[in-house]
Amino acid sequence: MPLEVEGAVVEFGGGLFGGRRKQALRGVTVRLPADRPHVLAVVGESGSGKTTLTRLLLGFLRPTRGRVLWRGRDLASLDAQARRDYRRDVQAVFQDPFGAYNPAYRVDRMMLLPARRFGLAASGEEARALAEAALSAVGLRPAETLGRYPHQLSGGQRQRLMVARAIMLRPKVIVADEPVSMVDASLRATILESLWRLRHEAGMSLVYVTHDLTTAYQVADTVMVMRNGEVVEEGDVEQVIRAPRHPYTQELVAAVPPPDPTIDWGLEDRVA
Amino acid sequence: MSAPVLSVRDLVVEFATSRGVAHAVNSVSFDLEPGERLGLVGESGSGKTTTALALMRLIRPPGRIVGGSVVIDGVDVIAAATAALRRLRGARIALVPQGAMNALNPVLTIATQFEDLFAAHGQPCTRARIAELLASVGLDPGVADRHPHELSGGMKQRVCIALAVALRPAVIVADEPTSALDVIVQKQVLRTLARVQRELGAAVVMVGHDMGLMAQFAHRVGVMYAGRLVELGDVRRIFADPRHPYTRMLIDSLPGFGQRGVFKGIPGVAPSLLAPPPGCPFHPRCPRAGAVCSAELPPPLDLPDGRIVRCHFAQEAADAA
Repeated sequence: MPLEVEGAVVEFGGGLFGGRRKQALRGVTVRLPADRPHVLAVVGESGSGKTTLTRLLLGFLRPTRGRVLWRGRDLASLDAQARRDYRRDVQAVFQDPFGAYNPAYRVDRMMLLPARRFGLAASGEEARALAEAALSAVGLRPAETLGRYPHQLSGGQRQRLMVARAIMLRPKVIVADEPVSMVDASLRATILESLWRLRHEAGMSLVYVTHDLTTAYQVADTVMVMRNGEVVEEGDVEQVIRAPRHPYTQELVAAVPPPDPTIDWGLEDRVA
Repeated sequence: MSAPVLSVRDLVVEFATSRGVAHAVNSVSFDLEPGERLGLVGESGSGKTTTALALMRLIRPPGRIVGGSVVIDGVDVIAAATAALRRLRGARIALVPQGAMNALNPVLTIATQFEDLFAAHGQPCTRARIAELLASVGLDPGVADRHPHELSGGMKQRVCIALAVALRPAVIVADEPTSALDVIVQKQVLRTLARVQRELGAAVVMVGHDMGLMAQFAHRVGVMYAGRLVELGDVRRIFADPRHPYTRMLIDSLPGFGQRGVFKGIPGVAPSLLAPPPGCPFHPRCPRAGAVCSAELPPPLDLPDGRIVRCHFAQEAADAA
């Protein structure tokens, strides 16, 4: 994966009003294989720094210390051409599907415009066909989605729309921050499968940020567990989930409800 | 079996949209035993939240309850006069809302929100009572003097639970009470809800889309699809031997720590509620669908184990098992 983070520290606050500075990231390094596609899951609770990490990866935020590298070059010093490539090759799926859309445009625009502009489709018809295929892949009905405004869609539909857009553009890397948090459990499988296929069939890498350990386990090669801006455990996803070493990881694993009513989750003494 | 604490018959809710009438809830019927936990599951748009809100007559325009009854203590919530409805809400049937983040009044202290609730029902409210209620959900009495923005999501959801049980209702309606919380906090909040509910002896209707949580929380599960209750029964029986193909697919779609890279999503898209397909609404996505499925809506079938299933082949599956 051509995207890396080296010892990133991110501090907020302080400044003009002299408030206490808060470290959102306390020296985080993300190093991934450069020669093959990879899925990294980043798991942790609210405030663990996982969203700050995605903002670094997407270039929305510069680290206070440390570097973010795109193809070995510091993101802060890319020339115009490299920056355009980066913008095409690294696509985002945002956590908040309400803030990510321009409310004045129909959803058609965010699907069709990049399809043309990034040279994926030669004609409007081709762009539309691409968009419809991507929408279907995430369980959206093209006829009921295209032509509508963002406010006419539910949170889950907007999230799926963003995944569809990212899939359609065939980037090198997708950075997805809780891409399925508002989607029903039954549909998550379908969306995660489409992301998983991109890794295995189209050679695309994925940074999958989530608090859901089960889906992280399903799609990821490696997992990073974050807490309070630090990585508390990382490694092969099977090893980390099956034999968690850090107490926090152990607690996370124990918080997943077993999908079987005969297994006691310790919720309380249930009436048999 | 004791007398049901809540009885729902042929509930129908419709939404008027610019493109026609959406049939959000269609002839839903079920009984709730005292102390029972019923989980309502289904995809977005299946009608589970609408059903839950209709139990308290909380459907707002363009939605409308067009038929059926919801009987608590011999009073039909749907037909009750406004004054009678106000007495029922909060006191006999209470809501733990979906987004605890937005459910509390941001400019009032937690104590004031308790005081308002008690005052609305003409009951005295003391600091000791508030402290006791906060303690019952594992919160410090000092929380009473805080404003909602000073509390974490999990704490706010606990406050909502304490408010819901304050007047000792017989039925608690919990609409995805933990969907906005971190997983560790989710488990703690569910544990709190379970304990408070048990101590009170109240019944719970919990709405959710996570079958894994339902497996752990519910005694009985009702699976909704396209506004209809398609399978209703004991949670263990449903997980051991689901009789509706949709229920089976919902259970199979659950991710676990088993084999990786295996995804069992439910193919297809939930049907439009404006123009549902003829016959069984699930037939376009159903692996078992036959000719009868696109022609006739399956009637609710009572199985010997007490389950109710809306599938033409529910009995066949029972025979094969």
